[in-house]
Amino acid sequence: MAKVAVATRSPALAGKSVGGQGVSLKVLEPASRMSLRARPAAKAALSKALGVSLPEKPKTTTTKGGRSALWLGPDEWLVIDEAGGDPLADCASVKGLHSAVDVSHRNVAIAVTGPNAAATINAGCPQDLSLDAFPVGAASRTVLGKVEMVLLRTGEDAFRIECWRSFSDYVYGFLSEAARDG
Amino acid sequence: MLLIHCPYCEEERPELEFRNAGEAHIARSTDIAAESDEDFEKFFFIRSNPKGVIFERWRHIHGCARFFNAARDTITDRFLLTYKAGEPKPDISKLSSEHGPAAWANRPPDQLNVKPKAKRSTKGEA
Amino acid sequence: MAGSYRISGQGRLTPAKTARFTFDGKPMTGLAGDTVASALLANGVHLVGRSFKYHRPRGILSAGAEEPNALVTIERDAARKTPNVRATVQELYDGLTVSSQNRWPSLSFDVGAVNDLASPFFSAGFYYKTFMWPKAAWKKFYEPNIRAAAGLGVAPDQADPDHYSARYSHCEVLVLGGGAAGLAAALAAAETGVRVIICDEQADFGGALRYEKGAVIDGQDGWGWAQATVAKLAAMDNVQVLSRTTAFGYYAQNFVGLVERVTDHLARPGRDEPRERLWQVRAKRVILATGAIERHMVFANNDRPGVMLASAARTFLNHYGVVVGKQVGVYTANDSAYGAAIDLKKAGVGVAAIVDLRDNPTGPLVDEARALGIEVNHGRAVTSANGSQRIKSMTVQAKGGGAERTIAVDALLMSAGWTPSVHMFSQSRGKVAFDDATKRFLPGTYAQDCVSVGACNGSDSLEDTLEQALAAGAEAAKNAGAKSSKGVSLKVEASEGWSGGMLGAGPGAGADTKVKAFVDYQNDVTAKDIRQAVHEGMRSIEHVKRFTTNGMATDQGKTSNMHGLAIAAEALDKDIPQVGLTTFRAPYTPVTFGAIVNHARHGLFDPTRKTATHNWAEGHGAVFEDVGQWKRAWYFPRAGEDMHAAVNRECVTVRKAAGLFDASTLGKIEVVGPDAAKFMELLYTNPWEKLEVGRCRYGIMLREDGFIYDDGVVGRLAPDRFHVTTTTGGAARVMNHMEDYLQTEFPNLDVWLTSVSEQWAVIAVQGPNSRKIIEPLVEGIDMSDEAMPHMSVREGKISGVPTRLFRMSFTGDRGFEVNVPADFGRAVWEALWAEGQKHGACAYGTEAMHVLRAEKGYIIVGQDTDGTVTPNDAGLDWAVGKKKTDFVGIRGMMRPDLVAKGRRQLVGLKTRDPRTVLEEGAQIVENPKQAIPMKMIGHVTSSYWSENCDRSIAMALVAGGRDRIGETLYVPMPDGVIEVEVTGTMFFDEKGGRLNG
Repeated sequence: MAKVAVATRSPALAGKSVGGQGVSLKVLEPASRMSLRARPAAKAALSKALGVSLPEKPKTTTTKGGRSALWLGPDEWLVIDEAGGDPLADCASVKGLHSAVDVSHRNVAIAVTGPNAAATINAGCPQDLSLDAFPVGAASRTVLGKVEMVLLRTGEDAFRIECWRSFSDYVYGFLSEAARDG
Repeated sequence: MLLIHCPYCEEERPELEFRNAGEAHIARSTDIAAESDEDFEKFFFIRSNPKGVIFERWRHIHGCARFFNAARDTITDRFLLTYKAGEPKPDISKLSSEHGPAAWANRPPDQLNVKPKAKRSTKGEA
Repeated sequence: MAGSYRISGQGRLTPAKTARFTFDGKPMTGLAGDTVASALLANGVHLVGRSFKYHRPRGILSAGAEEPNALVTIERDAARKTPNVRATVQELYDGLTVSSQNRWPSLSFDVGAVNDLASPFFSAGFYYKTFMWPKAAWKKFYEPNIRAAAGLGVAPDQADPDHYSARYSHCEVLVLGGGAAGLAAALAAAETGVRVIICDEQADFGGALRYEKGAVIDGQDGWGWAQATVAKLAAMDNVQVLSRTTAFGYYAQNFVGLVERVTDHLARPGRDEPRERLWQVRAKRVILATGAIERHMVFANNDRPGVMLASAARTFLNHYGVVVGKQVGVYTANDSAYGAAIDLKKAGVGVAAIVDLRDNPTGPLVDEARALGIEVNHGRAVTSANGSQRIKSMTVQAKGGGAERTIAVDALLMSAGWTPSVHMFSQSRGKVAFDDATKRFLPGTYAQDCVSVGACNGSDSLEDTLEQALAAGAEAAKNAGAKSSKGVSLKVEASEGWSGGMLGAGPGAGADTKVKAFVDYQNDVTAKDIRQAVHEGMRSIEHVKRFTTNGMATDQGKTSNMHGLAIAAEALDKDIPQVGLTTFRAPYTPVTFGAIVNHARHGLFDPTRKTATHNWAEGHGAVFEDVGQWKRAWYFPRAGEDMHAAVNRECVTVRKAAGLFDASTLGKIEVVGPDAAKFMELLYTNPWEKLEVGRCRYGIMLREDGFIYDDGVVGRLAPDRFHVTTTTGGAARVMNHMEDYLQTEFPNLDVWLTSVSEQWAVIAVQGPNSRKIIEPLVEGIDMSDEAMPHMSVREGKISGVPTRLFRMSFTGDRGFEVNVPADFGRAVWEALWAEGQKHGACAYGTEAMHVLRAEKGYIIVGQDTDGTVTPNDAGLDWAVGKKKTDFVGIRGMMRPDLVAKGRRQLVGLKTRDPRTVLEEGAQIVENPKQAIPMKMIGHVTSSYWSENCDRSIAMALVAGGRDRIGETLYVPMPDGVIEVEVTGTMFFDEKGGRLNG
């Protein structure tokens, strides 16, 4: 068999960024992502395998070495690895009851940063994004306008938005429009 | 837009994140294939539709994605309480005594209607 | 001076800052900070519009949002044209174009004014009585003519070019209203450190301090204090100060809608500035500081231009430096009008007389008026305003009747007292209570976490207002979780105290008269109309309101409500609380569609979802169709091809060689866990336990009622892992349906569901050459028929990237579906395309996909089924596990009606003339000669021209269909009856040999 050319990756909205009133948007590099579901008994082993402890408290995240585990539900985490690791492989040998599914390509991530980042997101997100209610490290599945997103606060003035690939045009467009108003 | 307390997220979240899923505490028979027509009718078609407290299912579909149960007053739309799926149906008599004319407030009506301390210049306390 | 009625030394505007505008084409000059109303009055213009029903000349009644008369059209350009704008609210900017409304050919000569003479025909309820007969005339004659004659401004006919924004916001304390009460409450709350939002509908904060000149708070004049306070608030990090912002709706759990007008006052708005911003605020506590609205007096011709509220005249003088006349009269039942008379007199305006309905008015204001030499008449009434397009005189009479005296005036200021503005309180579902001592409705029982302070709470003095507000602000902050408290105190050193007031029709407008004494100016409702409603049997105030239109529409009873109620109560001989109060509804003032829609316009109206190969398809000339939110390639026309030709070519090419089709939009769910097969058994009709790893099965999902809900091919990747596909449209709801059962009915199963619809791009390669196209790109998968038979799935690599390769067919020919991680979809498609070119392949779209599957009789859920079709109806009994004891729908499927004879069953139809293509949805009958309405026994669900079969093909749901195979049925159409033969659903390759061909 002749050597096959390796397919090149074409991420949605690759490299796009835009500035607004006190806020800027940037489409982030592809990352490894895993949707992890587990029974309580498997959590310790999974945390160990992943090198990041799975948070137990709603709306929280733990981050270590470029890998974050976001609490999305009582038995559900979104693991995002931006350091080139492979969380699926890391979990492969864990015996406890769990489900690990690769969703790396399902999501597109957009960074929203700047003093007006929260206000921009609040153009379409009904949650209270004050630091008291949504502190740094808080993460939640929620809505933006007419679509669902996962929102993670990475800094006082910085958020990471994860949405499904085909909604990324809408999310980026919505945020760009909202950013005009700051 | 209502605020709904999600028993899994342990906080109130905006209604936009939720979806109603019909009446609660209607168990599907573990031997459904053997059910009589009458029993199946009750299970599948008959709903209570009360004026007052209703027990219903909600899903925090754009949040933690869990289904849970709620007791809601259909007159005021007020949520009396929410609880996890699988938990027993709460005592209805206890609930109905707690809800008063305060349709939405987070406080009971007697606390709500305390007037500011300042006197009013007009007579005829409203 | 900008306008001859502008007085130097009066008002707070800067004389040097002029702004030019036009009114009905006539150029005029005003000042920055003017409203259209103040600028018009400064230019001596009182006549600004014609009334809704009678086309009576109308002027400016108020100086605020309660304005019922002075509705004008504001035009920035052809598209930026807003009708029915209150002249008292619209701020002036340089270059503004203002037009009057509801007049033809001109404001001063309006043909429609004939309605005023014909008014007996237009009295209350005239719609219900006058135009009943003949019935047909309503649509053709009455309605178009009434619509042309009535109504106010004309909506623009171009798309709105402005953009609007929105924001959800959260705070501990939301203060509605920025007068003395609101500012004091906000200050007290803000000093505790909690988040505070304060809004006011006007450009500046200050409320009644705008006109009440003598107030002194903490050593500053009232207005100055307000400006200093708002500046202080604005400088605090925890406070959001929103001017030009109307709270229009109060919803559940302290959710309040605000509209901020961002650019309507600017001559040249910035490109990025939204015209309006919708704030959806969730507050822990709300403080209502919405003030009170002055009532007019109800007497004959009280709508003549120049007749206005006393507080309005005072505002125009003290804030805008504009006098509303040279010789004014005052008609009042309340002290506050004296303040207006005093200020005007001091400014050099002649005050002809104060006519006070009260027998013995006393107090410092009355004394001061007398001391200034103003004639004060007590126990007297103004029984008529005289003049047509401007008041010329007032007729004064003792209130019990007697000699009339006519006094020349060019403006008449009136006050019947103040109505606490309980609109927002009422919207919050609070119940108002009638205060008999002061004859007004005040907040009674609260339903939400809010509190009313100041004039809207019945407070009549500034001291009382501030005391209430400071206490409420601190209390609200504390209740909302404030940790610190810092006492704020304010000292009122001077202010006016007002008392008095009256409700209902004044002397000369009683039940024995026929005069036009207006209660509701905006809806042209007179005292007589209200009485007539009672006379005709309306008992509830809600009925009176609807019969007369009193307080309806945009006015929401701001000026009219209490008078209307009092007149109805008198006519009914009941007390006011017994007659009740109508409900105040949102919005408080009109809200633009733009603000409500905000960002959801154009591309953001609804998400447009595109697959990874979208741009490739676009580059190859694809025509797209909308499938839900998805854009899917419909067909790929080549030069000179129409849709028909392109689809025919695509269909033939797939069967002759091969075709590439983007199937990425299919829903995909990964079902993982030791109980995965058990769960699949419960959710699908088919058996799954014994499906081998690496094999696929076509699954049918039912709802509990036994009807088909969805279908799709499922592959087993591992004993504990299934890759489930759903229909495109069913992706989200199937996931929800499965989660529902998993979480609430079968929570003990160890299995989880993950949506991977968007993780995988899916490229279907179908046709006899499909394997040859894929094979060279694949590593680690043996694609021979022996190793990889029809309905199997393998994991390996294609073009060097991971793939889940399914061998399956939705065409009936040999076929594969290549799943690759979505970001590789484009590159793998192109690699397959390059290989495909070597083997005669084409790209095909959804239309060819539909035709090809119909040739094989494969159903599409939602097209050939409609939520009332069982597996048996669809001929899919084979897919129902006969030995299964449970799955969702197993019991519903056995319901008597679902197993009865004669149900509609899916069959094929062949038209007698093979060239004739049936219409989808067409009805089918047994006998086309029967009388209409014919008995319909079925309908066409799918119908196409099949180039491969060289004839038309169709599927249909027909009663007892499978027993009718071979029968002739008929499809009656407007241009003739089409004869069809009932057949099986498979039109092509009935033996199925091509799957391995």
